[in-house]
Amino acid sequence: MQQKKRKLGRGVAVVGAGMSDFGMFKDKDSRDLLVEAYNEMVSSVDKGIDPKDIEAVWVGNFSNDFYTHQAHLGPIVADLLGHTPKPVTRTEGACAASTLAFKDACFAIASGFYDVVMACGVEEMSKLSTEEATEGLALALDKPYEGIVGFTFPGVFGALATAYFEKYGATRDDLMNVTIKSHSNAPFNPKAQFKATVRDLMNRRIERAKKKGDPVPAWKDEKEALWDPMFNPPIAWPMHLYDCCPMSDGASAVLLVAEEIARNFTDNPVYVIGMGQGSGRPLHTGASLTSFEANQNGAKEAYEMSGLTPKDIQFAEVHDCFSIAELIHTEDLGFFKPGEAYKAVAEGQTRRDGPMPINTSGGLKCKGHPVGATGLAQMHEIWEQLRGEAGERQIPNKNLRIGATQNLGGTGGTCTFCIFERR
Amino acid sequence: MMQERSISTISFNQFLNEEKLMGSKCKKCGTLYSPPRPICINCFSREMEWAELKGKGKLAAFTCIYVGPPWMIKQGYDRKHPYCSGVVELEEGVKIDARIEGVDASKPETIKIGTPLTVTYLHRGEEEKMETFLAFKPS
Ligand SMILES: [Zn+2]
Repeated sequence: MQQKKRKLGRGVAVVGAGMSDFGMFKDKDSRDLLVEAYNEMVSSVDKGIDPKDIEAVWVGNFSNDFYTHQAHLGPIVADLLGHTPKPVTRTEGACAASTLAFKDACFAIASGFYDVVMACGVEEMSKLSTEEATEGLALALDKPYEGIVGFTFPGVFGALATAYFEKYGATRDDLMNVTIKSHSNAPFNPKAQFKATVRDLMNRRIERAKKKGDPVPAWKDEKEALWDPMFNPPIAWPMHLYDCCPMSDGASAVLLVAEEIARNFTDNPVYVIGMGQGSGRPLHTGASLTSFEANQNGAKEAYEMSGLTPKDIQFAEVHDCFSIAELIHTEDLGFFKPGEAYKAVAEGQTRRDGPMPINTSGGLKCKGHPVGATGLAQMHEIWEQLRGEAGERQIPNKNLRIGATQNLGGTGGTCTFCIFERR
Repeated sequence: MMQERSISTISFNQFLNEEKLMGSKCKKCGTLYSPPRPICINCFSREMEWAELKGKGKLAAFTCIYVGPPWMIKQGYDRKHPYCSGVVELEEGVKIDARIEGVDASKPETIKIGTPLTVTYLHRGEEEKMETFLAFKPS
């Protein structure tokens, strides 16, 4: 059987996007964050949107069931935002939950069933202890085989890193380049959980030591601090604290419309020109320990639909839940050859001013990773960059037309790849 | 006895209690699976049989975990007492996840991919309540 080329029945455009602040909030819950993201989305529509015209809602959420003991989030969100009794659907794809919401919303428009819909995502993780939250994430592992022998999320990515090191000769030093690069973008993202470079965080630590009269660390540069287990302790070796994204609360939302009516809402829409998704297997049964099988299918579908090749993608947000993941994704998506991504990062190719900017938002590492909100928050970055609205973190000296998002769920069980165009 | 057990995770764990590492094999195309699969993903046959694995292999990937889930913390592991989990490539050509024993998880740099390993079984509890964790140690 020949696989047919993927296409949408009719075109879909993004005409609004919003996200809440990301962080660990004692004074805000999921509902507050959703309202923040929704209000920003509504305000971002250049020619305005009457909320009455939104016909259906999709909500991505991994596990508020576990994190906040609130299941069946769909109707709660619809009511909160004033859309009851319109249909609302919750999607679950672990950390890729809201890209699945986005994809289903696109399909609904492409089918002709609706013309104007919204997709949003939310997660509230910070009210639990690190151990409890680790257990919550571990729900997305293959429990009887991976989970039972002690694997955690950082543990699975740690194991992938050892296989990558062995195969390609990379070391922890190379992973540190990913972290330092992501943090170099973070101070310019007002929504980020950590608006700080690695150097800023070192200085804070030094100031604290001085104040308390403790021995003052004498790190000569970022790498020396990152090699210091007092600054950067192991979580699941070789994954250390600075290889891991934080636990976060946050929400995100986009407004999607049929392509032919996009200009009723804005003169500057962002078109959905490629969408792909794939599934993957647990560590022990996966085809490779240095690549995500799900990425291969996701990339193939999206590139075929768009008629583009990796060279055409000018910048991307990829799912850097752990530093090693950023390297593997940028290889799986064809931005770099297998085993070459770590060299490209060392050469500065993925910096904001480099030839292939990756995670100008600061990535999950710095922006934060409220898992169910992440996919649409990645699209929020593409939206701002393509429209020239990214402020101080705007990618310089490029006429940006094509950006992409790659979102991973679980330990690679779900991967998505979406390509966007400004015309 | 072996053939009467359905090809399932529950049976796999019963075999672990008996210190047997079991996979499944497709009767049609001969593909071997570990852990056992009830359906052959190579030829889609549902005619599967049990196949005992020798329990010899080498370390393919690993991690030393300092922040574990509650069930590992209960076993006494924490930031000061990390444990090692890994992927073992078996001699039969299939892989399995396991605890890696007999290595110093607090010195991860000393653990090498490719290290030859032999299966070992970590039992907890007795009789009806017995649970067995799959582990490997350097041969
Ligand atoms: Zn078969």
